[in-house]
Amino acid sequence: MGQIKKIHDMLVSGQITCTELTQKYLDAIENSNKELNAYITVTPEVALAQAKAVDEKLARGEEIGMLEGIPMTLKDNISTKGILTTCASKILTGYKPIYDATVYELLQKEGVVMLGKTNMDEFAMGSSCETSYYGGAKNPHSLDHVAGGSSGGVATAVGANIAVYGLGSDTGGSIRQPASFCGIVGLKPTYGAVSRYGLIAYASSFDQIGPITHDVEDAAIVFDAIAKYDERDSTSQGSEPALPTLYDDIKGKKIGIAHEYLDGVREDVKQAVLDAAKAYEDMGAEIVYFDLPELKFALPCYYILAMAEASSNLGRYDGIRYGYKAEHYNGTHDMICRTRSEGFGKEVQRRILMGTYVLSAGYYDAYYKKAVNLRGAIVDAFDCAFEKCDAILAPTAPVTAFKNGYLFGEETDQIEQYLSDICTVPVNAAGLPGVSVPCGVDSEGLPIGMQLIGKKFDEKTILNLAYKYEQAENKYIETKWGVKL
Amino acid sequence: MKYELVAGFETHVELQTKTKIFCSCTTAFGGDPNTHCCPVCIGLPGTLPKLNERVVEYAIMAGLATNCEIAEIAKMDRKNYCYPDLPKAYQISQYDKPLCEHGYIELSNGRKIRILRIHIEEDAGKLIHNHGDTYVDYNRGGVPLIEIVTEPDFRSVDEAKEYVEKLQQIMRCIGVSDCRMQEGSMRCDVNISVRPEGSEKLGTRTEIKNMNSITNIVKAMEYEFERQVDLIESGGEVVQETLRYDDASGTTSSMRSKEDAHDYRYFREPDLVTIAVPRERVEEIQARLPELPEKKLRRYVEEYDIPEKDAAQLTKYRSISEFFDKASEGLKAPKTASNFIIGQIFRRLVTEADKEAFDISTSAEQLNELCKLLESGKLKNNLAKTALEKMLDSGKPVTDFVSESDMAGLDDATLTEYCNNAIAAMSAAVADYKSGKEKALMAVLGNVMKQSRGRADAASVTAKLKELIGK
Repeated sequence: MGQIKKIHDMLVSGQITCTELTQKYLDAIENSNKELNAYITVTPEVALAQAKAVDEKLARGEEIGMLEGIPMTLKDNISTKGILTTCASKILTGYKPIYDATVYELLQKEGVVMLGKTNMDEFAMGSSCETSYYGGAKNPHSLDHVAGGSSGGVATAVGANIAVYGLGSDTGGSIRQPASFCGIVGLKPTYGAVSRYGLIAYASSFDQIGPITHDVEDAAIVFDAIAKYDERDSTSQGSEPALPTLYDDIKGKKIGIAHEYLDGVREDVKQAVLDAAKAYEDMGAEIVYFDLPELKFALPCYYILAMAEASSNLGRYDGIRYGYKAEHYNGTHDMICRTRSEGFGKEVQRRILMGTYVLSAGYYDAYYKKAVNLRGAIVDAFDCAFEKCDAILAPTAPVTAFKNGYLFGEETDQIEQYLSDICTVPVNAAGLPGVSVPCGVDSEGLPIGMQLIGKKFDEKTILNLAYKYEQAENKYIETKWGVKL
Repeated sequence: MKYELVAGFETHVELQTKTKIFCSCTTAFGGDPNTHCCPVCIGLPGTLPKLNERVVEYAIMAGLATNCEIAEIAKMDRKNYCYPDLPKAYQISQYDKPLCEHGYIELSNGRKIRILRIHIEEDAGKLIHNHGDTYVDYNRGGVPLIEIVTEPDFRSVDEAKEYVEKLQQIMRCIGVSDCRMQEGSMRCDVNISVRPEGSEKLGTRTEIKNMNSITNIVKAMEYEFERQVDLIESGGEVVQETLRYDDASGTTSSMRSKEDAHDYRYFREPDLVTIAVPRERVEEIQARLPELPEKKLRRYVEEYDIPEKDAAQLTKYRSISEFFDKASEGLKAPKTASNFIIGQIFRRLVTEADKEAFDISTSAEQLNELCKLLESGKLKNNLAKTALEKMLDSGKPVTDFVSESDMAGLDDATLTEYCNNAIAAMSAAVADYKSGKEKALMAVLGNVMKQSRGRADAASVTAKLKELIGK
């Protein structure tokens, strides 16, 4: 049984009240957040008020929904009315949105208990959570290692069980990679499945909100609750629910493996993925191998387009209306320059500059336009691949969690940081769904993750496949942290 | 050497949709600062635009009314620049796939001004400077605009003036904008260059911004033409730059040079999907389009025999032509209604704004009733005029001011009596008339009219007088 169902049953049977449950999580956060640095803002008043409402409902003998009263967290780039939303950036110091993101609205209707807002790479730009203005979240399996990024805080919180589940955002791997590093499940839905309204944009044509959960069933429950069409997001369409087919047999399903996904991947990670393929064969699925040469374009394509969009999306932080404003300046122009120079971290500034460059007159054709064309080629290549299989199996990341500071060490160059996203970005470039599931552990005891990639709006197939694997091979590892139920 | 002016226009027209282009805030002009705003139009982090379908429809109407081709597929783009009145630091506009292209507006001299494109975009907010502080009002931010871009087809300031007036007329007629330059709902930028007459080569152009009336456009263009000619004549060179027109001094001054020109870094707006315009939709909009001013004017002149000058006044604002169309319904001579409007009614509507509002107490139906009485001969012209004045004062129908006897006219016996009285009283005039001064009869006629208090018909009085004097 999944974690959410288990807690739901406890609440319904009266084993624990929602307030007690919530307090347990709040206490666990209190006890561990100094070390884990998962939360930027904890919201006990909000959580306890929401918990009280659930208890009252239970006391009246009313039925509660599956997500009702389940303590969770939101990545700090998801807007919450009246609650600090910082994007882990100095430039959003003190910013409290005046409206709720659609996903939070949906979850509030489900009776959510929101524990707080979690840490991330600044504006979701990074793969280790270390570009956060508030310092990186730590891996619950080893404090010497990073949580991954950019949704590092959510992954740490769920991995350490100081939240049952969380919502992250995935622009180039930001849900799947930290889920993989922290040994839990992360689903990046199809572009358009979940409304982006209220998600503070990094790269609008890639960004997608999705669940980070303890197990696959939890991911399906949360996904079904948030994958709804939203008229406020023109690119949103909703998706088919995943739960009805989650437990189905997978006999005869075709799972594809593209050789390129295994290139340059660390040997133990590669082996774990191949072992998973074997497990699928044992369950009656068929493994097909093919080439997907277009994959090598995904990384440059992604970085050019994402940075271009970011340079435009982040133009609004000028100190005039909200957030950080430089203290000393001389005139409006100088105020804006100083605010941005002081308010944005190094990585964000680097991406804004590169994004501005690739869109500039004279360079547009060589970079932006070419990347747009490449993106089309990647979409087509996946379309072809899905004629041969129902889902693609690949590593989530070429390695396991990095040592703290590794990506920004003197011997590590910038390209290496970007290369760590090589397995995750193709999914974003093509707008496909991808789910990361734990599939092993390395010699240091760090989790290894694999991802299943699906056709557009076919989350149900990859979640079904992931569920069956999890049932057969469960690779989840307990940590010493958090609430013990 | 004689020089020729070459100019092109970029005109921003605010659309009169009820709500803004990407949110449901009102587009109403004015209001306390920052009260017509929401998270979307002030560009708060995480908000997304939602395209108002009405804006697309209005732009298509504008395109059809100016003979444009309507794109089957269009898209929105981001135009990136940083300014405090632009809260997202980009304007959502259209770059390479505008909604309308390749149209024209025909001028009275037969020349066609080609329209390169019409695209939709959002307006920015406004900066308010006060005692050394600057405030931003975002009420206007997100108000829908169309930008109408012409080819450099203007060869004189008169052509430019006519174009702007025509454009205003068309947009008002189809109901997409009030085109009030003073309120900023229509704003023109003009590109100007000069070249020796006969030359085909375009000269270096300057762009003049910030002109808020047709008068200013004319003055600015005349000034800039002279300035460029003088510059070239004195051996100088025109520099490509953006100019600001200063109303007070009547001169243009530099805002920024070519080197300082923005690189807007246009790229596709990822938050909005492609705009598909099925042909059936275009046909449906075309079918609903009202008769355009130009066509209306020709109809008034050719079918109704209304002088062109009057017809132009009638078609200047939709409110007037609609009133006229109703008031002239079923008349043998629609000109009768036109004469009342241009003559008496306009005397009460002094300013252009008054004319546009056309707020009078008499309804088109009431004027129609008056015209019909006049046409049937039941009411004489001078009585009708007096009645209309009273109608306009009171809002009451014509029947409140003319009696049955007024409408019945004079019987022959009374007419003969009045005429005889007049002949007796004005013997000198009668003598003059008899000696061949035709005009002298007018004085006698006047006397009869006075006696009849206007009920007499001038033609029958004249006939009766001639008959009596001739005896």
